[in-house]
Amino acid sequence: MDPSPDQKLDMYRLMLLARRLDERAWVLHRQGKIAFHISGIGHEAAQVGAAFAIRRGSDWVTPYYRDLALMLALGMTPAEFLMGLMGKRDEPNSGGRQMPSHWSLRRANAVSHSAPVATQSVHAAGIGLAIKLRGDDKVVLTTIGEGSTSQGEWYEAVNWAAVHRLPVIFIVQNNQYAISVRAEKQMAVQSAADKACGLGLPGIMVDGTDVFAVHRAVKDAVDNARAGNGATVIETRMYRITPHSSDDDDRTYRSREEVEENKRRDPLLLARARLQEEGLLSESQYDEMDTQIKASIEEAVKQAEAAPYPAGEEALHPVYAEEVRHA
Amino acid sequence: MPEMTLIEAIRQAQDEELARDPNVFITGEDVGVRGGVFRATMGLYDKYGPNRLIDSPLAEDSIVGVGIGAALYGMRPILEIQFADFIHPALNQIISEAAKMCYRSNGEWTVPLVIRAPYGGGIGGGLYHSQSVEALFAHVPGLKVVIPSTPYDAKGLLKAAVRDPNPIIFLEPKKGYRLIKGEVPEGEYVVPIGPARISRPGRDLSLFAYGMMHHYALQAAQKLESEGIDVEVVDLRTLYPVDKETILNSVRKTSRALIVHEDNLTGGYGAEIAAIIADEAFTDLDAPVRRLAGPDVPAVPFSHPMQDWFMVNPEKIAAAARKLAQW
Repeated sequence: MDPSPDQKLDMYRLMLLARRLDERAWVLHRQGKIAFHISGIGHEAAQVGAAFAIRRGSDWVTPYYRDLALMLALGMTPAEFLMGLMGKRDEPNSGGRQMPSHWSLRRANAVSHSAPVATQSVHAAGIGLAIKLRGDDKVVLTTIGEGSTSQGEWYEAVNWAAVHRLPVIFIVQNNQYAISVRAEKQMAVQSAADKACGLGLPGIMVDGTDVFAVHRAVKDAVDNARAGNGATVIETRMYRITPHSSDDDDRTYRSREEVEENKRRDPLLLARARLQEEGLLSESQYDEMDTQIKASIEEAVKQAEAAPYPAGEEALHPVYAEEVRHA
Repeated sequence: MPEMTLIEAIRQAQDEELARDPNVFITGEDVGVRGGVFRATMGLYDKYGPNRLIDSPLAEDSIVGVGIGAALYGMRPILEIQFADFIHPALNQIISEAAKMCYRSNGEWTVPLVIRAPYGGGIGGGLYHSQSVEALFAHVPGLKVVIPSTPYDAKGLLKAAVRDPNPIIFLEPKKGYRLIKGEVPEGEYVVPIGPARISRPGRDLSLFAYGMMHHYALQAAQKLESEGIDVEVVDLRTLYPVDKETILNSVRKTSRALIVHEDNLTGGYGAEIAAIIADEAFTDLDAPVRRLAGPDVPAVPFSHPMQDWFMVNPEKIAAAARKLAQW
């Protein structure tokens, strides 16, 4: 079923929130207020489209570092994200232990991940196995970049899900670059979706700049998984508009012309044009939405800046489950 | 009290834990209908079925990663790595994921799981069916490393491991699987993870060992008794976290310490025990702390003369202890 007009507006609002928050993070970095930012600009449609295809809060997610829009769609607040950027004590991902954008949000069933890529894919297979063993009406959504599908762990995870027909949706966000290395140096196939056929499960390719197309494709895969028909690999293709991270200089490996050309496929422009066409978002309504979002972000920045850092000695815990205060 | 072998005690512990808790399941290579290559799960597939005894694809990293995912969801997986030598592909999931999950999520996520692996040489297994891997894992905060040496402890420690809320590396001395027999009481008991055990009290010298080497240490101590040397033997049982108190109390009594393991010497687990004694019992010592360990070659060779040369045995232990007692 297609999203309702309200849902469509909600999807767009989250995409715009993710974009403005991401832009704000770059500014904070230039101001010297944060040490590191890893950007998801260009990925918003793929992430929000996927998030709206699952039962958020009930289904499980094992995300990767570019998933700011996905995490916002799962209920992470801008202040929580910003506290994570600053290494503040009460940020929900890790209490200041992990680098920014290494997500975890227990209340949304979004599992903590690390920096070695594709480790989270295997966890998704395990969660899928547990769902199947318990007979629960849930699915797992897991995300990854196309470069990381070169990892053995990704194949191992997809293989488990295929062999055991597990309710897992493997989303590959193909933004065409793994830092500086283009996708054709990662794989000889045209799309990560092509890898699925060798593992015995469906692989689908969808325009990752079209939020509603992504939503439809992921929803079909989720319905299939819920019906007991197993996993799907979905490649959502987009372009990484920013450098890999605040420590990267993409001028060393791609032309400005190429980047400018690809900005014409900016998922926010496409979604906004669609909503305008459908009469859901006028110019003035857009302006109002954008103004509100920017104001809410400024408020969140103030809140995050005022939040306390952890004390140094908090680094001692919790190594073991017995040390968890709320356990 | 019935007498049983080490492997039978391990099988019984798994049987009882599967019966006790529906969240417990076992996965690994050949653990299902075959009952494991060492028969550690023999008969359990018929008793509990394919949803509790799951034959995994032949990919060790995925066995651990899938186990982590299931544990995150609330299951209590027991993961069998067929030989400890094959655990290395899984180091990414063990070291980067299982060991760090609690810490990196500030206690939001924990991974209760047990990784069982037969280890050790002297069985004609050559380089890749003989390795001792304990030092790798005893270096990693977030893991607990357990090595039983008697059927009683194997059963009680494995049951404790299954109930522990943390990831446990449970290494089983495979040479002793059928060689080591002992009394195991019927009915419910656990042996707590952590405490070492003085298996033979003595006055002249402390001999620290674990696994198969603990049995050889007892045999050496018996031989030395006839020579008038009264050896105290300590079975370390849990390598990490280590039971400093039992180690230090023993050394304070005997003033001499010999640490034995079949893993190679350099950077081996014995170095940690030696350092603890040097740090905290230096003034109690009458002799240097000594280590007896495997030679610094990559692994145990296949051909019998070379294997025998490699292996620590009761005679080598007795010789080292005799020399230390006379120092």
